[in-house]
Amino acid sequence: MSTVKDFALSCPLPITDYPTVTLAHGGGGKLMHQLIEKMILPAFDSPLAQARHDGAVFELGGARLAFTTDSYVVQPLFFPGGDIGSLAINGTVNDLSMCGARPVYLSCGLILEEGLPMETLWAVVQSLKQSAEAAGVQLVTGDTKVVDRGKGDGVFINTAGVGLVETELTIAPSSVKAGDVVLLSGDIGRHGIAIMAMRQGLEFESKIESDCAPLNGAVQKLIAAKVGIHCLRDLTRGGLGTTLIEIAEASGLEITIDESRVPVRDDVAGACEVLGFDPLYLANEGRMIVFVSESEAARALELLRTDLHAAGAVEIGRVSAERGGLVKMKSRIGTTRIIDMLSGEQLPRIC
Amino acid sequence: MCLAVPGKIISISGEDLARQARVDFGGVLKEVNLAYLPEAQIDDYVLVHVGFAISMVDEEEAGKVFGYLKQMDELGELAELSPDPGVKR
Amino acid sequence: MKFLSEYRDANAAQSYAQEIRRITTQPWTIMEICGGQTHSIVKFGLDELLSKEIEMVHGPGCPVCVTPLELIDKAVQIAQRPGVIFSSFGDMLRVPGSETDLFGAKARGGDVRILYSPLDALKLAKENPSKEIVFFAVGFETTAPAHAMAVYQAKQQGIKNFSVLVSHVLVPPAMEAILGSETNRVQGFLAAGHVCAIMGYEEYIPIAARYKVPIVVTGFEPLDILQGIAMCVAQLEAGRHEVENQYTRAVPEGGNRAAQHFMKEVFRVVNRKWRGIGEIGSSGLSLRPEYAEFDAELRFNVGDYTAEESPLCISGLIMQGQKKPHECSAFGRQCTPEKPLGAPMVSNEGACAAYYRYRRAELATTGEG
Repeated sequence: MSTVKDFALSCPLPITDYPTVTLAHGGGGKLMHQLIEKMILPAFDSPLAQARHDGAVFELGGARLAFTTDSYVVQPLFFPGGDIGSLAINGTVNDLSMCGARPVYLSCGLILEEGLPMETLWAVVQSLKQSAEAAGVQLVTGDTKVVDRGKGDGVFINTAGVGLVETELTIAPSSVKAGDVVLLSGDIGRHGIAIMAMRQGLEFESKIESDCAPLNGAVQKLIAAKVGIHCLRDLTRGGLGTTLIEIAEASGLEITIDESRVPVRDDVAGACEVLGFDPLYLANEGRMIVFVSESEAARALELLRTDLHAAGAVEIGRVSAERGGLVKMKSRIGTTRIIDMLSGEQLPRIC
Repeated sequence: MCLAVPGKIISISGEDLARQARVDFGGVLKEVNLAYLPEAQIDDYVLVHVGFAISMVDEEEAGKVFGYLKQMDELGELAELSPDPGVKR
Repeated sequence: MKFLSEYRDANAAQSYAQEIRRITTQPWTIMEICGGQTHSIVKFGLDELLSKEIEMVHGPGCPVCVTPLELIDKAVQIAQRPGVIFSSFGDMLRVPGSETDLFGAKARGGDVRILYSPLDALKLAKENPSKEIVFFAVGFETTAPAHAMAVYQAKQQGIKNFSVLVSHVLVPPAMEAILGSETNRVQGFLAAGHVCAIMGYEEYIPIAARYKVPIVVTGFEPLDILQGIAMCVAQLEAGRHEVENQYTRAVPEGGNRAAQHFMKEVFRVVNRKWRGIGEIGSSGLSLRPEYAEFDAELRFNVGDYTAEESPLCISGLIMQGQKKPHECSAFGRQCTPEKPLGAPMVSNEGACAAYYRYRRAELATTGEG
């Protein structure tokens, strides 16, 4: 067993740079990716983990399964359009769906802070139940712990999930090909702004609700119709921009999107202007990008649009034959710029 | 620097230094201090910076960006234009 | 959005670009003063639309970038004091101090909060009578009236637990410092539209006359900037050097008198040190003696700091338009947005960050970065 001293000497992420974990390490941007790539992934010495997809897909006892986990630490616990419970269910349901799996069973670990009102807990539990029902999955096992007051943010939730992969396709960044079309399942930025509207010091009045939703229905429609899906990914933290970069880097190909085709609601755009945000990097909790060949694009779009949670699906860009893993965006003005990953969370600005 | 965004005044309350407006930015509403624009009224468009209305947006002047273009267009037609390959998308 | 989206029209932008090309007969170097304009230019790729004769140089109009290193260190120190709620615009959180930034102060247990407006800080002070609320009052003339009002109201309402850490700078002295430098290459300016919405543009007339440079008060949307450039080039080609207003929909010639009044009531003009550039006379604002009780530097007695910049950082030269970010030896190597050596690599519209975000691939193909 290595001692702490040994670990410090061989740690590839120079501790002198960041002697402590900072919030930026959880922000979905470059620092988080570095932390995962340099410190965490190397500790999981498994090809399945190295695939860097939303979940692990493998054969077990003759069945092809997908397995994933995710933790939820959102503040505030309740926000317009959702709460930590619905996030926890839909997040894991979606991660499994992005592997092409039909989500079946979920586990749920609760870490509760001493002093949390019972009513709040009850509301969260009800939300977990309702979201699971709406997504067609079952919560089959779980755990509950309580920590001292001050050591938790009210509630932390971890969910893990298992799903059945009922397609022969390998749905992963490695399957993305030059010439592929990029589809987006709906307008972006609602979740990020819904949360922002409740943060002290930044409040504003709006009707914007989080887009938190299960995407398994939409994905199942594509799979049942045998659409040749190359890759799926849900947007989450870091937004559309970060997710596109992840796929581009993992596949090694260049992706170009058209800004004028990326749907952003007027009120979301308004909030972004006021606070100085770029909608490209706002969090989403019920949106995905779909990579299919050009010949499949029209059919895929039609199918997506029959699902409640992907009704706003549109084509936003293409994968080119260029290597290099860059993401480019053609602006409204007609000029092209590179989309880069932010180093940490996006912050409101006045400048 | 100085992100200032145009919005429409929906309602006004208070007086003098505490005079406030609810301003609409494409569907989101924010409370904005009107102390520096005593002449602002409901339905006016104002530029808002860090919670303060700093200037009125003049609708007539706002169109001049396009008027200038039109002028240039007309001047351009009179002058000799060499073909410009990269312009039309 | 009204009065915003129209100014992002692709056809109009192309038309302006065409017009600028039509009237340009020789190379010109134009500086846009304001960081927000830099942000727009790089984000919308506006300089791609311009012919190679027009060189856009990015100015020091980034109050975040020019806040002295010592002041960041003081902010970090105050933020870590128990019983203090240190509040700030988001822009300042990642600006590097000598040791760490405000985010680092938060990681060490400081109560650091992002606010949208200084009035929100006043509200916090009223809601938390047992705490000391400090607001990092950073900005150009655009933001000074907001800070002035917060301090004025604090005094009027007898609020005792509120103070501001002031880092205010003024645009005209910076322009004169740039123009007065022997190595100056700037031939025309796009003046900062929102600064002028407050101050008007009368004070630029003597500058245009003395240094014989055209100065065009310009807005921030793509069409504004393109029109501003068109007007500037038209003047340069005709040998004129006047002050013109492109941003007429928002900028009256006299600016906002009420705002100016409150600025004068609460602030006085002082000499200020600009990070990376040095001291510029009469270029900053400080609280007047009558409002000294709200000065966080006095209240917290943070003492004197001398801080050393990284020797590799050439932010001063970049902000004066004498060098481009990729000409810095540390650009993209020792200095990145994750580990910035100087402020322009952090700030949203700092020239270095803008180049890094939007230009790196291009630069890579030309052998840089």
